[in-house]
Amino acid sequence: MDKIMKKLIYLVASLTFASLLGIVAYIVIKGLPNLSLDLFRFNYTTENMSLVPAMITTIIITIIALIISIPIGILTAIYLVEYANKNIIMKFISIAIDTLSGIPSIIYGLFGMIFFVTYLNLGFSILAGSFTLSIMVLPLIITTTRESLLTVSDSLRQGSLALGATKVRTIFKVVLPCALPGIFSGIILSIGRIFGESAALIYTAGTVAQIPENLFSSGRTLSVHMFALSTEGLHTDKAYGTAFVLMIIILLINFLSNQVIKKISKEK
Amino acid sequence: MSKIKIKDFNLFYDNFQGLKNINMNIEENKITAFIGPSGCGKSSLLKSINRMNDLVDSCVTNGNIYFDDKDIMKTDVTQLRKEIGMVFQNPNPFPMSIYNNIAYGPRTHGIKSKEELDKIVESSLRKAALYDEVKDSIHKSALKLSGGQQQRLCIARALAIEPEVLLLDEPTSALDPISTLKIEELLQSLKDDYTIVIVTHNMQQALRISDNTGFFLNGELIEFNETDKLFTFPENEKTENYITGRFG
Ligand SMILES: Nc1ncnc2c1ncn2[C@@H]1O[C@H](COP(=O)(O)OP(=O)(O)O)[C@@H](O)[C@H]1O
Ligand SMILES: [Mg+2]
Repeated sequence: MDKIMKKLIYLVASLTFASLLGIVAYIVIKGLPNLSLDLFRFNYTTENMSLVPAMITTIIITIIALIISIPIGILTAIYLVEYANKNIIMKFISIAIDTLSGIPSIIYGLFGMIFFVTYLNLGFSILAGSFTLSIMVLPLIITTTRESLLTVSDSLRQGSLALGATKVRTIFKVVLPCALPGIFSGIILSIGRIFGESAALIYTAGTVAQIPENLFSSGRTLSVHMFALSTEGLHTDKAYGTAFVLMIIILLINFLSNQVIKKISKEK
Repeated sequence: MSKIKIKDFNLFYDNFQGLKNINMNIEENKITAFIGPSGCGKSSLLKSINRMNDLVDSCVTNGNIYFDDKDIMKTDVTQLRKEIGMVFQNPNPFPMSIYNNIAYGPRTHGIKSKEELDKIVESSLRKAALYDEVKDSIHKSALKLSGGQQQRLCIARALAIEPEVLLLDEPTSALDPISTLKIEELLQSLKDDYTIVIVTHNMQQALRISDNTGFFLNGELIEFNETDKLFTFPENEKTENYITGRFG
């Protein structure tokens, strides 16, 4: 029995690994030959199909979305873990957050279109897109922060309070620093989701391929750009090239953030 | 002189009564030990003195505790905890450097000057008999210290805010005999400057270091007397049974 189980686990693990390797290899093989200087021109034209504007848009949208969702998410998690009574309403809020994190992104897109684009009259814009994505990643940031706050031992909180520290000081000087690596990985996951998002953005930020003039202009992120290139059918080669660049960026972000997390945890 | 006076003190966790009508005076510059079988309410009483029980939602108390003749319930809680320090059963250093652990309390109470903090860190480590062991690594993580060193660090951390009273809840129960001995010696050297209350599971420890001992059973203070008297001529039969090992 044990032996069969072990073999099964190996099999599943290698399947996972193989499919991952397969995807990476596929993108490298298809993407690498299609990389050209054209893809990296500052201005997008229908000839060069440059991905630089999309890259800039991606960065702007990511930054705005995170500036909104990180403080709100962390403060919400602090409220849930450190302040809220463990009553029925709290349970309800927790369930709501867990459910929200499982909703398909297109629903967020539709909400963003109705609320930000139409009702608040922001139009297809960087702002509407960023706001929508900030709501989309909020549950992720809340849950990861909540989990890592919960792992901080109560004896540390008591140690701080027993020294005459207030609750607020205890949270910000002792509890949050301990939870930092966990919070940070939540932020990284959020960046990953924002980078990979297309559905929610098509309905809120639109698909204009140029560098946005201001926050009210429409713009497309790398993922949306890729989606557009491949559905239009004329530039599938360039879509592969873009996919390759996107993959490298995500690998880079993962690598760098792991280093940072390691460094934060080591300092303790 | 009594530093702390406990008067008709009752404590409840919801409907369960954890402490029943406790009356005792804790003398200044003496070591007072609380002994008794586990679950008898020693920690509950200790945590009432610096109001750590405020944090337990289900906990309700009546009666009074006076610290220097001030009712602790009418004292600002941060000020109270500055004057009554606490050391816990398991060492709980913060995941920061040794220096920052000790500077945490003084910083909490508004001390910012680096020279002053440096001085406090050094003197607190000396008082806790830890300075020589860590003087070359005070900017290294406190978590790298051994368990016994961590507990002495926690004592140093408590001393850094210059309390008048030190409460210790079974501070050596997680430590090896040598570390235990060091902490016992340390407490005896501290009693000239501080009033010390220690909860202990270990009767030998109470006998070795304390001046007065209170024996608790099922939430009641059965007997409270000078340690020598309590252990040699216990007045209550239950005390006698406990110290002769006949129950608990
Ligand atoms: N937070 C709490 N909630 C409910 N009951 C508690 C709580 N803390 C302690 N008790 C109960 O109060 C009694 C006394 O506990 P405690 O003061 O910790 O005893 P001791 O320190 O002597 O072992 C025990 O029966 C314990 O189960
Ligand atoms: Mg106890």
